[in-house]
Amino acid sequence: MMDGDDLSHHLHDRTPGVRHEEPTADFLTYTAGLVFAIVLTIASFVVSQTNLLWAPGIPVGLIVLAFAQIGVHLVFFLHLGSGPDHTNNVLALAFGMLIVFLVLTGSLWIMANLNANTMSPADLMRMQR
Amino acid sequence: MSLASIADAIPIEEARGRGGGGPAPTRIVVAYGFWIFLLSDIIMFSALFAAYAVLSGNTAGGPTGRSLFDLHNVFIETACLLVSSYTCGLGALAGERRRFDLFYLFAALTFVLGAAFLYLEMAEFVGMVKEGAGPSRSAFLSSFFTLVGMHGGHVTVGLIWLVFMVGQVFAKGFVPHVLQRLLCFSLFWHALDIIWVGVLTMVYLIGSR
Repeated sequence: MMDGDDLSHHLHDRTPGVRHEEPTADFLTYTAGLVFAIVLTIASFVVSQTNLLWAPGIPVGLIVLAFAQIGVHLVFFLHLGSGPDHTNNVLALAFGMLIVFLVLTGSLWIMANLNANTMSPADLMRMQR
Repeated sequence: MSLASIADAIPIEEARGRGGGGPAPTRIVVAYGFWIFLLSDIIMFSALFAAYAVLSGNTAGGPTGRSLFDLHNVFIETACLLVSSYTCGLGALAGERRRFDLFYLFAALTFVLGAAFLYLEMAEFVGMVKEGAGPSRSAFLSSFFTLVGMHGGHVTVGLIWLVFMVGQVFAKGFVPHVLQRLLCFSLFWHALDIIWVGVLTMVYLIGSR
């Protein structure tokens, strides 16, 4: 048999929930993320300040660039991946995005309807006369 | 057969985060919990974004975004925040590798860049209020100051948190619970950058057209 100290050390190493340090990312991941983010940021500014895109399509182009940028941040900075450790994180993100989508489009939709159906004060005055 | 070799013989299955192979490692659970908090924070921001989107046209005859926003300033702000996100990530790497010198360097860079962002934002706010375009001028400006100010408030909290993290690393070294807090801090800082992408696109770039 071995002495208690050594044994407890061995068993301690086996405690579930404690894993050896594993680096989540490396220098290259962050640097690649920074490069992508810089390119996308500059692209956003260029698109908004020039007529490179068809003018009515510029807001859509900017939103697409913003989504790409957010994707870069999630993958390269927050290290959201497809690995098994990330299943719960990705599910939570999907649910969060659903709520964000509902809040944003719901507000815009309802308020646009209200604005369309509400009489302006001038019209109201005319009716009361 | 000694107990130790029995322990060695038991196959250790890596936790998969779906209940198989035992409980997930602490850092996975901590990061998940903090991620849930960050998502709730993002949902709170989505309400402010919705308010801004609804009210951005209601300028009550006052100044519009087009006449107020200085995209040159906004570009520098964006660069500061983006590079601070990068140095924050490198600081977290230095922490994982137990490199005190690099950690202090990157934490200092992150702090300086974050503070520069905050200074530029405050200067912008002060300039707007002086021009008579304060939050009480119109519904557009109320929602603008609420949304952008809330992001600035988060950056302020992040800077204070960063100071505390450096203090903890200095006092305790890279012990496991300090490393977990460091992980949460870097998640928080990166999430602020994600929210800034939304602010930049919706408020400044689309708003100044």
